[in-house]
Amino acid sequence: MFFASPKQLRAHGIMGMNRRNVNYVAAHNPRHLYPLVDNKLKTKLLAEQAGIAVPKLLGTLCYQHDVRGLHSQLLPHEKFVIKPSKGSGGKGILVIAEREHEIYFKPSEEAISHEMLEHHVTNILSGLYSLSGTPDVAMIEAMIEAHNIFDAYSFEGVPDIRVIIFKGYPVMAMLRLATHASDGKANLHQGAVGVGIDLATGKALHAVQHDRPIYQHPDTQREFSELEIPDWDKLLPLAAACYEVTGLGYLGVDIVIDKNRGPLILELNARPGLAIQMANGTGITPRLQKIEALSHQQRTPEERARISKELFGRAP
Amino acid sequence: MHSRPKFLLFVLLLLITGFGLTLYKHFALGFPLWPGERTQVWTIEAKIEFMAQDEPALVSFSLPNNPPGLVILGEDFASPNYGFTEIKQHDQRRAQWSSRRANDKQTVYYRLDVYEKAGENEGLTSQQPTSIQSPELDEPFRTAANTLVDDLKQRSSDTRTFTLELLHTLNEEKPSQNVRLLLGDRPGENFKATLAIDLLSLADIPARKVRGLFLESGRRRQALKSFIEIHDGKQWRLFNQSTAEEGVPEHFILWQRGGLSLLDIEGGRNSNVYFSIIENSHSARNIAVRYGKDEQATLVDFSIYSLPIEEQNAFKSILLIPIGAIIVVLMRILVGIRTSGTFMPILIALAFIKTSLLTGLLIFIFVVSAGLLIRSYLSHLNLLLVARISAVIIVVIALMAGMSIVSQKLGFSQALTVTFFPMIILAWTIERMSILWEEDGPKEVLIQGGGSLFVATLAYLCMTNRVVEYLTFNFPELLLVNLAFILLLGQYTGYRLSELRRFQPIAETNNPAKPIINSDQETADDNVLRKP
Repeated sequence: MFFASPKQLRAHGIMGMNRRNVNYVAAHNPRHLYPLVDNKLKTKLLAEQAGIAVPKLLGTLCYQHDVRGLHSQLLPHEKFVIKPSKGSGGKGILVIAEREHEIYFKPSEEAISHEMLEHHVTNILSGLYSLSGTPDVAMIEAMIEAHNIFDAYSFEGVPDIRVIIFKGYPVMAMLRLATHASDGKANLHQGAVGVGIDLATGKALHAVQHDRPIYQHPDTQREFSELEIPDWDKLLPLAAACYEVTGLGYLGVDIVIDKNRGPLILELNARPGLAIQMANGTGITPRLQKIEALSHQQRTPEERARISKELFGRAP
Repeated sequence: MHSRPKFLLFVLLLLITGFGLTLYKHFALGFPLWPGERTQVWTIEAKIEFMAQDEPALVSFSLPNNPPGLVILGEDFASPNYGFTEIKQHDQRRAQWSSRRANDKQTVYYRLDVYEKAGENEGLTSQQPTSIQSPELDEPFRTAANTLVDDLKQRSSDTRTFTLELLHTLNEEKPSQNVRLLLGDRPGENFKATLAIDLLSLADIPARKVRGLFLESGRRRQALKSFIEIHDGKQWRLFNQSTAEEGVPEHFILWQRGGLSLLDIEGGRNSNVYFSIIENSHSARNIAVRYGKDEQATLVDFSIYSLPIEEQNAFKSILLIPIGAIIVVLMRILVGIRTSGTFMPILIALAFIKTSLLTGLLIFIFVVSAGLLIRSYLSHLNLLLVARISAVIIVVIALMAGMSIVSQKLGFSQALTVTFFPMIILAWTIERMSILWEEDGPKEVLIQGGGSLFVATLAYLCMTNRVVEYLTFNFPELLLVNLAFILLLGQYTGYRLSELRRFQPIAETNNPAKPIINSDQETADDNVLRKP
């Protein structure tokens, strides 16, 4: 059958875009808090204040005349990431993995001249990648070095883990793996692989590419069944703590696992997408309802992570 | 949520106001609900002819005053060489044409446009009857009349039945001797009416003569028909004196009440009045607007109709935008079509209205494709965003100019309509699509571009629909209904059509609780994922 019936989807607890927007995003995310997550620089500073691990900020460029100083700012760094502060959907993120004096190399080994780098920063500043086309700030961050465990599962790029945090409780998680088809990007609609993660153990549950189930990474042919996220017990409380930082009730937290530093908060999203349901092969609505039914007692992120593990982990 | 009932109440209120005003305009002010509805308008022309006698001439002519069942659309008193005044006294309206010096055969015209409207001017003649003057009759007519009246009184129960009996008697094929005596040889209409009124006066029934005209298309040289109106103590009742039918007949204009003369002429002789009637149809809406203005109905008086024509035309297209908006809302919320720019499809649809659909689609695709090519070159230059978009705008204008000139030379005048596309919007579309191409690939450009064009086409089809166009302009209160629906859609939390497709793989599993791969076997081992 080409279409599923609404009844079937409801039976599986699938949440649609309209329900997410009206009942979760609009109801639990006060508009005035959006800038905290839409502006990655603000998010980063807030997170650092709250003692939450984030990738190191190497510098910022606010005005066009700062671009002239780009060269000297970059001088001490071999690897770095340039990204727009208000970008969305991974747009405008430039990763430099290597450099030879004035020539920079992307992880794909594509060479980039310093002028091209300046051009990219100029584009960011003029607001090309920002949500509403308003002038933006360019951030230079330390490049994340992917944990070895992902070597076998990723084609270029660093895999990131998306956790949905509802009222401070983790409710669903997925790992996003770039593929050749997605051109090294971790966006599911561009062909990246989404792997549903068991909240209790950090092990892979189910994987999809282009919204259809798969069992091996399309480029490396590795079975997903062997995949297990390292530092899972550290990762969940970290994600849950973002609730206190932002005050947003329905939040998507993107986490990367650095080889040396462990889980780091990459960015937050006040309108997390629905693809996570596909990756997990199940709907999110029953889980959200379980959280809504919980007592409104104050709990620490660690306690909330533990409760979520019990509620949503797969039975051993 | 406690605000839910309040919200629904608000929506309900909007719906009731919107539909209520629409229905009020339809039923009370006569606005038709469908375009192209026609109303029959009768044009009645009275032609007054007389021989002037080389001295000052004064023509006094009785005019219809609030004819029952009819609305007067307009009157025309134009007659060359004559001054004109309109005189109103009591229940009467008279036209007066005057000339200092007139000679030979003179003609004066009076033209009247009316249309039928049930219930209009009904019961307006509440005027009380004046005292009854006993008719002066000579013998043997007096005796005959008295006998007839006594006889009729015997046979009737009240004034109404008396009148009916009287008219039947007068119109009998083989009248009695008394009636024959009173009528004389081959009696005229007018004489019969006068006689009936005399006899009614004898019976102490207030009566008056009424003159009117049957509205039949294409009639020329008609004369007024005489009717009789009696007062039964409460109200006036109209009777057709030749058929004894009661009430104002259909297609009938009541021209004059009471015994005053129809036409008086000073300074002339051999006068004659002829009436001719033409039926023509007018747009029912135009008539309703004119009627509403005349009546100073607030809804019409304080509406778009009170604006100058130019502004009215501007509003005609502005009022269509909400239709485009609801199409976009439906397509995005219920269907889930991705478009490039939320409301860009509406702007494209507005341009389509000017260019016609097929030409519009071709022009749009051509300009955007050509723009994308040039934009791909611009992206190699190190340009700031604002400068780059400005450059794209200039490129778009150049493309438009080039297209217009080439098409003119080749003789395709359709391509000239390219100027109706909003340039800035085209430039932004090109910019967005170019970035989309670079970041998400050509497939996404096709999906979003195609989605935009699909929604724009749909919006165009709705906006150019004759009924929609008519309703939005003539019933702007339907905006409230549109608003109510958009508000309701804004709270819709069900699935989109596209999501039924997207999540279909999940729905395929039989057991909702378990993940797809492990649905057959639950094990505690580490191999959570297995090959099927």
